[in-house]
Amino acid sequence: MDRRRFLVGTAAIVVVPLGSASATPEAMAEAIRKVVGDSAVTESRVTLDLPPLIENGNTVPLVVSVESPMTVADHVKAIHVFNEKNPQPNVFSARLSARNGRAAIGTRIKLGDSQKIVAIAETSDGRFWSASADVIVTLAACLEEST
Amino acid sequence: MANVLVNAPKTAKRGSVVEIKALIMHPMETGFRPGTMGKIIPRNIIERFTATWNGTEIFDMEMSPAIAANPFVSFFAVASESGTVGLRWTGDEGFVVEERVVIAVE
Amino acid sequence: MRALHFGIGLAIIFAASWAAAQVGADKRRSGTQDMGEALQKMQDDDTANPGMLFVQLGSQSWAKKAGTADKSCADCHGNAGTSMKGVAARYPAIPKGAEAPVDLDGRINLCRTENQKAERLPPESRELLALEAYVAHQSRGLPIAPPADPRLDAFRDQGAAIYRARQGQLNLSCAICHDDNAGRKLAGVTIPEAHPTGYPIYRLEWQTLGSLKRRLRNCLVGIRAEPYASEAPEYVMLELFLMDRAKGMVLEAPGVRP
Ligand code: HEC
Ligand code: HEC
Repeated sequence: MDRRRFLVGTAAIVVVPLGSASATPEAMAEAIRKVVGDSAVTESRVTLDLPPLIENGNTVPLVVSVESPMTVADHVKAIHVFNEKNPQPNVFSARLSARNGRAAIGTRIKLGDSQKIVAIAETSDGRFWSASADVIVTLAACLEEST
Repeated sequence: MANVLVNAPKTAKRGSVVEIKALIMHPMETGFRPGTMGKIIPRNIIERFTATWNGTEIFDMEMSPAIAANPFVSFFAVASESGTVGLRWTGDEGFVVEERVVIAVE
Repeated sequence: MRALHFGIGLAIIFAASWAAAQVGADKRRSGTQDMGEALQKMQDDDTANPGMLFVQLGSQSWAKKAGTADKSCADCHGNAGTSMKGVAARYPAIPKGAEAPVDLDGRINLCRTENQKAERLPPESRELLALEAYVAHQSRGLPIAPPADPRLDAFRDQGAAIYRARQGQLNLSCAICHDDNAGRKLAGVTIPEAHPTGYPIYRLEWQTLGSLKRRLRNCLVGIRAEPYASEAPEYVMLELFLMDRAKGMVLEAPGVRP
């Protein structure tokens, strides 16, 4: 745990950048392009729920839900979540069908730093929908000695 | 040893939508973290989580190192008929865990 | 020890230091109350609280025979739901025939060595934490109730002295943060009142379960003090003091903390 240090006094916490392994907004855009190709993405129908203040980036509860009747004729086929600053841009990709009845997925993710999160849903008509959220991550105080 | 906690209703009305929640013990080691000697700890993650209802796949999720340790997943399913929900986690180092819950649909 | 003022020298750290604690109404706050809604929900929902994975593991160890005595915890203690109910709420305590107090994991290890004739479980090992979580979980919802054993007083007083003594390169005492500045932000983090209500806790920072000792070590490292050796008596003394300070507060094990 040398990465982050507890410094009272200056109230500063040093974050050493992860260097070349870091995802970037460009890497995220590229990962999104791999999923949507040239299709348009409409910012609608998707809700991305994250706590307003993240107390520890190691475990951040997240729920993605999509407005959809979830019928055989009209349902959400896939939900993807991406991030900008973790080492890799992909967080998860899930496949759904009318058998799910409701297009909502909850999980917990790691966020190394404050950043933008994007969720993209693909509906059965081949269209893409999205939502994004800017999250602020607090770094923990009182950490371990180097392990 | 498999260590899993699954939360699903034991009974459900036919056609209703039920929530299934699953928690599994796993380090989700990213493969980007330095260990004691400054050497990178090798990646060890769950790559995939799938769910079946009486054998038919109803949910499939590809995970990444950005999923938190001891992964938690919740999703929904239509209670179509009584049966077994099968949950399966697979990942690095040959990790395979399966868990089943029975839901009675009336 | 509810001094009204603290030295002005402390201003380097906290703009205005002030003892907020008052005698009278119970204003004590568990660390749970300092967390956001999402983490409170994670703690309260047994199928979402990752600490419950360890409780489940502990229930398996409880029934597993070990050591040359070839006995499981259950062979002697039966159903933990009855035999272990309230136990975590009154530790640390002095075992029969002993002179010094042990904390809950110390007590479990005593049963390992003396009753199961097995090797001690290493500190912070998964199996020890799981057993501790399983035992502590049986006291969830019960008030912290330190035993009325006068032999404990001297140890508790030593714990209180440690709590109030300045130490480390930052020259801070536990009390300066946890009594005088509890509720304030330190580098974005709310300073809790340091009540041992949730232990062992699933700390998100650790991404696993950990003991109160580990939590205390983190604070010692935070103020750049040399942490006590992993099984030093100072931890048990501090735990005795903290449990007494939290007397009557409800146990929440396994807690979730950031
Ligand atoms: C510089 C301020 C500071 C000092 C000094 C300090 N701590 Fe802490 N302590 C914190 C903070 C901040 C947290 C919460 C950390 C977090 O959430 O990241 C904490 C957490 C705790 C907790 C966990 C409470 C819970 O809800 O589970 C305990 C117990 C604790 N400290 C005890 C102590 C003891 C005992 C000492 C003295 C040896 C001490 N601390 C010294 C700042 C301090
Ligand atoms: C051979 C029988 C035996 C086995 C096996 C055994 N214990 Fe014990 N345990 C005892 C006895 C005897 C005591 C002491 C009771 C006393 O001091 O009054 C005790 C005390 C305890 C206590 C403290 C109870 C209290 O009220 O203060 C805990 C906690 C405990 N055991 C946990 C365990 C765990 C966990 C295991 C399995 C790893 C275990 N024990 C295995 C016999 C056993």
